[in-house]
Amino acid sequence: MAATNIEVWQLGTVVEIRNVATDIQRIVIEPSLPRKAEPGSHIDVRVCIDGHEGKRSYSVVEASEDGARLVISVLKAPLSRGGSAFMHALQAGDLLDITQPLQNFPLRVGAERYILLAGGIGITAMINMAKVLKNLRANYSFVYAGRNRAAMAYLEELQEVHGENLVVHVDDEGTSLDVNRLVASATEDTELYMCGPIRLMDAVRRTWTERELSYPNLRYETFGNSGWYDAEEFIVKVPSLGLEVPVNQGRSMLEALEDAGADLMFDCRKGECGLCEVKILRLEGAIDHRDVFYSARQKNAAEKMACCVSRAVTSGTGLMAEASASGPAVVTIEVS
Amino acid sequence: MTAVSTQSSTTNKVLGYPLNVWYVAAWDKEVTRKPMSRKIAGRQLALYRTEDGKAVALADACWHRLAPLSMGKTLEKDQIQCPYHGIVYNSAGRCVSMPAQETINPSATVPSFPVVERHRYVWVWLGDPTKADPQLVPDMHQLDSNEWAGDGETIYAPCNYQLVLDNLMDLTHEEFIHASSIGQDELSESDFVVTHDDDTVTVARWMFNIDAPPFWRKNMRDKFPGFEGKVDRWQIITFRSPSVINIDVGVAKAGTGAFEGDRSQGVNGFVMNAITPENDKSCHYFWAFMRNYRLDSQLITTQLREGVHGVFGEDEAMLTAQQAAIDANPDYEFYSLNIDAGGMWVRRLIERQLESEGRLVPVA
Repeated sequence: MAATNIEVWQLGTVVEIRNVATDIQRIVIEPSLPRKAEPGSHIDVRVCIDGHEGKRSYSVVEASEDGARLVISVLKAPLSRGGSAFMHALQAGDLLDITQPLQNFPLRVGAERYILLAGGIGITAMINMAKVLKNLRANYSFVYAGRNRAAMAYLEELQEVHGENLVVHVDDEGTSLDVNRLVASATEDTELYMCGPIRLMDAVRRTWTERELSYPNLRYETFGNSGWYDAEEFIVKVPSLGLEVPVNQGRSMLEALEDAGADLMFDCRKGECGLCEVKILRLEGAIDHRDVFYSARQKNAAEKMACCVSRAVTSGTGLMAEASASGPAVVTIEVS
Repeated sequence: MTAVSTQSSTTNKVLGYPLNVWYVAAWDKEVTRKPMSRKIAGRQLALYRTEDGKAVALADACWHRLAPLSMGKTLEKDQIQCPYHGIVYNSAGRCVSMPAQETINPSATVPSFPVVERHRYVWVWLGDPTKADPQLVPDMHQLDSNEWAGDGETIYAPCNYQLVLDNLMDLTHEEFIHASSIGQDELSESDFVVTHDDDTVTVARWMFNIDAPPFWRKNMRDKFPGFEGKVDRWQIITFRSPSVINIDVGVAKAGTGAFEGDRSQGVNGFVMNAITPENDKSCHYFWAFMRNYRLDSQLITTQLREGVHGVFGEDEAMLTAQQAAIDANPDYEFYSLNIDAGGMWVRRLIERQLESEGRLVPVA
């Protein structure tokens, strides 16, 4: 909702930190300019990674009515771009630059039926929505999938609050989520809200489309930080600019090119708008498309990529050992 | 929305508007397949109907470059198309079609607002949508009841909506502003009773054994041809939070028991008023005059509508001038009188609502 999405930066005081699951911290923040946090909203946080300033988005897990107390939860990802390591180093009393709650994932009140789908840390975006739906006595099913219970934040609380409305899938217990079955349970007037790993969201999107359900009823948000494959270092070449730049695990291709002095157009930096599109001239390896701008057809064609989030990897299976090339992946692009 | 501070009702010449309430956005007949634009409570809305006839309220600004959707056109089912680059939204404000790309940006939405159609009006809720309970729509059943007939209009009033509420809660002004139609000396001479609860305020005034003013003499003769003589007259004004005022008005042949409840020897009308803030200094004032006699006479409906139109035109001129005087004299305070009791209770109820929404901070 563009009208309510003005980034107002302020100071947030970290007042409480505790572990809520394996590698997941719950961080309570008191903002200096409180504003009500609608379900589905997130805050942007200024993080510092190896001396570089970055911006990360975290869903508001819960908030007091007036927004004076915001809770986010952060997964420490071993191969993250560095934001989660910064967040996990925070201590009570630390000050953070944060935005007021921003809304790109509004919950619509009044749908006939809802499915909320959370995969792993994606639960953070769904908790507030689920609470509102419960209060509204809406017809909703809250599906929570994870690898093992220890890695699933807030599981017990959610079971207590949502009872039978909460459906839990745990890989290690052999009850993995069956996307086909889940999407088959959706009807013409069901709205499905989801947040989770890109593979899960992609599978839902594909099945949703195959079943010809209303596309606008599939609601999701992408922060552009989850790929099909683990991030690898790769090389980007721009012959027209005479550039050959390594893109390390912690940087995006856009950032690496910017650092090297390239003047590129971009806007959302999360793979939605398509403004940072570059043309692929030559590719040694495969593209890990992490955007939602291109259709499956366009992703398969691999003629273009969204350089703000997408990366090159050595092999299309994500396994280094299976890479045909011996060195890092190399993508040669043309920028306009 | 910024909070304003206040000391007491008397010092707030004009009031902010609550958001967690239903406001009349339009007459039902105004909202059609062709989109229209109207600003309600500070928010510019695009209003239109789906193919199924359901009224829709979206923010009147495309997600892309904020072009007004109301200048666009409606497409199949419930969709509306931005007139600038053709982006299409459904009635929930979700983008369903985007130019020059094969996917849809998941962020592409415009705010949509809960709508209820009731009592010939389209009501909209601009606050927290999770609180938009249709049962909170104020009762204005006379507007679409078989036992009542009538019609109304909309006044665009360049004044804070609270000034209209003040105006309707104290009809003493009729004696002076509406001298040629419904005004008479007895209005400011008679006593009145003010009662209230958590979301209503009622002001009741009875005048016994008086001459009927021209408007009411005409109405009596519509029902009782050739009527002459004295009447008992009543005005029972009921405010419902936050901005609906229904006024039970009428006269009956003097001494025939109207006060005790037998109105058969009289004529009864209901003035239905819904005052919707446009912003701080302007409002949409929806009114209708409903009667419960000679229901099948379109002539009387038209005459009454035109008669009230004339009366309310006199109010409109005063309200416009009053807002201008308030603006011109920012350092002058209001003083309140006994006759303001109804309006003062209304102000207090609205202030409580504003406080509950965190948008009015009482000064300790």
